[in-house]
Order: sequence, then C-alpha cells, then structure tokens
Amino acid sequence: MLAVKTNKPFNPSEEIQNQIRGVMDQYPEGKSKSALLPVLHIVQNENAGWLSVEAMDKVAELMNLRPIEVYEVATFYSMYNLKPVGKFLLEVCHTGPCAIMKGEWLIDYLKRKLKISIGETTSDGLFTLKTVECLGACGYAPMMQIGEYYYEHLNSEEKVDKLLEDFRMKGFNRN
Amino acid sequence: MAKKILLEHIDKPGIKSYEVYRQQGGYNSVEKALREMKPADIVEEVKKSGLRGRGGAGFPTGMKWSFIDKKSGNLRYLVCNADESEPGTFKDRFLMEFIPHLLIEGMITSSIALESNLGFIYIRGEFRWIKTILENAIAEARAAGWLGHNILGTGYSLELVVHPGAGAYICGEETALLESLEGKRGLPRIKPPFPAVKGLYGNPTVVNNVETIAAVPWIINNGGDAYAKIGIGRSTGTKLISACGNINKPGVYEIELGLQVDEFLNSDEYCGGVLDGKMLKAVVAGGSSVPILPAELFFKTKKGEPRLMSYESLSDGGFESGTMLGSGGFIVYDEDQCIVRNTWNFTRFYHHESCGQCSPCREGTGWMEKVLHNLESGHGKLSDVDLLWDIQKKIDGNTICPLGDAAAWPVASAIRHFREEFEWHVEHPHDAQKRNYGLLKSTKEYFVASAI
Ligand SMILES: Cc1cc2nc3c(=O)[nH]c(=O)nc-3n(C[C@H](O)[C@H](O)[C@H](O)COP(=O)(O)O)c2cc1C
Ligand code: SF4
Ligand code: FES
Repeated sequence: MLAVKTNKPFNPSEEIQNQIRGVMDQYPEGKSKSALLPVLHIVQNENAGWLSVEAMDKVAELMNLRPIEVYEVATFYSMYNLKPVGKFLLEVCHTGPCAIMKGEWLIDYLKRKLKISIGETTSDGLFTLKTVECLGACGYAPMMQIGEYYYEHLNSEEKVDKLLEDFRMKGFNRN
Repeated sequence: MAKKILLEHIDKPGIKSYEVYRQQGGYNSVEKALREMKPADIVEEVKKSGLRGRGGAGFPTGMKWSFIDKKSGNLRYLVCNADESEPGTFKDRFLMEFIPHLLIEGMITSSIALESNLGFIYIRGEFRWIKTILENAIAEARAAGWLGHNILGTGYSLELVVHPGAGAYICGEETALLESLEGKRGLPRIKPPFPAVKGLYGNPTVVNNVETIAAVPWIINNGGDAYAKIGIGRSTGTKLISACGNINKPGVYEIELGLQVDEFLNSDEYCGGVLDGKMLKAVVAGGSSVPILPAELFFKTKKGEPRLMSYESLSDGGFESGTMLGSGGFIVYDEDQCIVRNTWNFTRFYHHESCGQCSPCREGTGWMEKVLHNLESGHGKLSDVDLLWDIQKKIDGNTICPLGDAAAWPVASAIRHFREEFEWHVEHPHDAQKRNYGLLKSTKEYFVASAI
C-alpha cells in the first residue's frame, strides 16, 4: 500500500520528542535504530492514528535514519496505518478460532450496523473497520481491539451495540 | 489437584503486585542464583530439569543455554519471545497479565546463568496494556533492588527492556524477531550462524519463550531433579495449554505433562467437554501450525493406548496418525464445523503472514489460499485436491524458516484425514455454501475485501 502525503508537517511537541529520545536511550550505544518500532507507535498515536509521509520523514530526522529505512519498516507491519483512520479503529479478529465462535457473525454485524465495508470509515469519522489476524484472545472469542484494550465475548447484538454506543459517547465528549 | 508450578500462586489476591509476589517467595531464585551458585551451576540445573522450550519446537533449554558463546567475551543477550501470535495460543498473555513478576524473576535468574547484563522482552505490539504491566513490574523490581546496578551488592548488573512488535506473526520466529528488535523488517535469517553464536547485534543471544523463562525460578529453587520428576518421560514438568473453540470452558490451564487427552478435553477441571453436547469432530492440539486430527485418531495412539498430553504421545504415529504439542494452543471443532473452510482460513493467515523471502512460501501460500477458497465456495474441481497436496509438498522443507512448513502441515493433514469432505464440496457446490460456519461470502466479495 502506498503511503499518503498530506503536505501538513508533523511537528511533535517537546514532550513527545523527549519521550522518543528516552526510548532510543534504552538500547546499547550505536543501536538506537532498535527504537524504530516503538517510536513509530508513539508517532502514530500523536498523528491521529496513522503514519503520513511527513510523520515518517520526521521519524527519520529524529532518529538519524534515511527515510527509506522508516518506510520499509512502516509498510511491513500491519499495526501501522498508512492512510487516515477514524477516531476509533475497530480491529476485529478473523482467524480460525474466533471465526468458529461467531467471529464471522461479528464482522458481518459490524458492517451492517456501521454501514461500511472492511477498510472504510463511517461518515462521521468515528469508526474504521479493519480485520486482523489472531490477537491472542482465542478463548474469549469473538473479539476486537479498540485502541489500548481488547473487547471480548462480543457474541450478541446487545453487547456490540453497547460497546459502540460507549465509544460514540467518548468520541463526542472529546470533540 | 494437579501439580501447579507456574500458576501455583495465581489465586492469591494481589499476586500482580511486587509485595504479594515477594511474600509468596518471589525473587528467592535470584538470591540463590547470585549468592549460592555459579552461572554454570544454574545451566546445569536447567539441563537436569529436562525443561523444553515452550514456544513450539520443544528444544531442551539447558542445552540451548550451553551453546551460548561465552569464550569470545562478546556481550551476551537474553531475549524473551513474547510475540505470541500462533492462532489458538494465548497462554503467555495470561502469565504476563496476571503474574508478571514471575517472568521478570525468570528473566533475571536466566540472565545470571547466561552472564548477560541486558535483556529484552519482545512483546507483540497489540498487547499494549500488558507492556505497561511488565514495565511497572520492572520498575517495582528495580526499586526493590533486583535490577539495576550491583544487584544485592554482588557486583552483578542487569537492565531489562520491554520492546513492542507491530503486528507480524513472522516476528515470533527467533531470527525474524532479532531483525525486528534491531529496527528492521522481520525477515528470518539463514541459519547457521545460530543466535547462540551471532544473534542480536551480531552478539551471542538466547531466545526463549515466556513460559520457558517463567519455569526457571521453580527449577532453581527446587532443583532440576525435582522438576524432572514431574511429567512423563522426556516431557518433564508442566505446560500451559490455552484451550479454545467449541468447548464449555475455554481458558488457560496448567497441566502436568502426561495427562490423558480425554481427561483434558472432557473433565470439568479443564475444558468441560464439547459445547452444547455436540460430537467432537477434530482437534488442533498445539496451535494452528500442527496437523489437525479427527476425533477417532485423537484419543488413542497408534498402539491403541490412551493418548497423553506430552510431546511424545501427541506425535506418536508421525504425521500419519499423530500431531504435535507445539505451543499448547488447543483448538476444538464440533461436528458442525467445516474443515475446508477452516483450512482456507488458516492458509489465508499464512499467506498474509509470509515475509515473502522464499518463493515456495510466498507463492505457494497464495496459490493454496485461492484453490481452497474456490473449493470452499463451491467452485472447485476434483483435481484441486491433488493440486493442493502437490503445492504443500513443494513448500514443506524448502524454505528459510519453518513458517513454510507451518503453512503446509494444516493443508496436508486436512487432506489426509478429511479428503471426502473436500470432494464433497466439489460434488455438492450448492450445499457446500450452506455448510460454512457463519456467513456466506461470494468469491467476488471475498477477493474485493482482501485487496484492501
Ligand atoms: C513462524 C514462527 C512463529 C513463531 N512464533 C513464536 C511465538 O510467538 N512465540 C514463541 O515463543 N516462539 C515462537 N516461535 C518459535 C521461535 O522461533 C523459537 O523457537 C522460540 O522462541 C524459542 O524459545 P523456546 O526454546 O523457549 O521455545 C515461532 C516460530 C516460527 C517459525
Ligand atoms: S518460509 Fe516464508 S516466512 Fe519464512 S523466510 Fe521464507 S518466505 Fe519468509
Ligand atoms: S483467533 Fe481470534 S484471537 Fe486468536
């Protein structure tokens, strides 16, 4: 997938820059490139949940890497989003153990409920639907990740509706 | 009650915290290792214990440790593999989430054995809240003097870093993990050289699974011989099994190796039997990569003896009639599940996760996925079954890392044991659609969705 350029510079705050330096300092001298994955997580979090070309270029600058070293890593790992996402990214597991325990139903219900397909964002910008591979929660299927946490046993319309409603409220409160 | 080693104190309220963990004898192994033992003695105890790697391959841990190059004088590293991405596996998460200090203690004691002063815990990026739990546990351990400079005044120093991945199953493979830890794409390295000689930053490195490292404190406190008495034969000790699929009580269980599979599946202490009183159809006993077994082969070995949860018993009969203990990801399928659909699902997983370095894996997984999807959705030909057999055979053993084999085995075993079901899909294209679990998807919709 091609990365998206926004023509908006990404300028992390002093606090974030310090955080980045702190992560780089955890690794042995001369090995600060090791911090690339954690730094990309920090930057993605600061950049509305995705990595623009500008954000990746800034990472290259801060970590003293060539931009290509950042791009090749950002495009390899599925947690990095290379195009804009909604306020809440719904990462639903579609792998076997979840699939046989209503995982396929969950994905279909979310599509119908939010009126979007996989990879799309609702028109209010709140939710993006993404399918992901096994998240290590197979015994608590069906499940999805939203932000920091896992939401498990999502096996009924009521549970899913309630969860979406909770996030909708959070989304509005933050505006 | 079965013997508990890792989860002995799991029910103590507050065991997540340093104080409660310490009250239960936590960190005693560090003290013993530093004050009473030489590094070589620690390695010796682990050798005697017979502990085998819990990440999937079951390689003897003490032996792995003794391969580490100490002579060159290069810095050595211990890296804990907390990538846990094998479908069906969620046991390391349980340990780290609910008894984090056990892993930290194991990391310290193991680092002492390897004479390493810097260790890493490579945790899958999605376990964000668990990374925080581990970092808090490390901070508590440091505040209590178990980490940092000059631990217990012995002159030994150690730092631990928790490093997040970012969504890539392949980074669980140890050399891909090391590449990823160096800030690169997770592309497996060609072995040799093995990590014990040239690992992280080109230095001698041991990579061990979370559960393996968590077993070390008990071994050091109680002795390798005591550990070796638990379990059966060369399958010593206990194993965490994460049970999922169509069962009454999914979850993480610590079993003594050698437990009968029948008891594990059907007793109320463990899985509690198949969900809704349905019949058992098949079991994947050790994570998605191991061969699937139909119910009739699952309970008895080739010799007709009751099958046990152990490395040897589960693999009895080879791939003809056996499987593997693998990572302990135990997936149960009831009579209503479609093996073809499950095989397609797993193959899609491996295709998605192939790093792309070797053509048999990169191309073969994609090809198998397409053929399986055709079969599954009622568009297959009888010859497709032989084609699949051919493709998986050409992947198996012909790649840089074992992901290729891991993709081949589920397909091979499904065809070996459930060939009629594949053929049934060809002969009954319309009914094939109805026997899917969950929902129907047209081929067209599927290929559009997966292109995103
Ligand atoms: C594709 C692939 C994925 C793997 N994923 C994991 C994993 O998530 N966790 C793990 O501990 N080992 C995993 N392994 C096994 C590791 O390569 C390695 O053998 C293991 O971490 C060694 O630790 P152990 O000896 O303590 O088991 C994987 C192997 C392969 C080929
Ligand atoms: S077998 Fe597959 S995952 Fe492993 S190195 Fe080759 S292409 Fe990559
Ligand atoms: S299969 Fe969904 S979390 Fe493992």
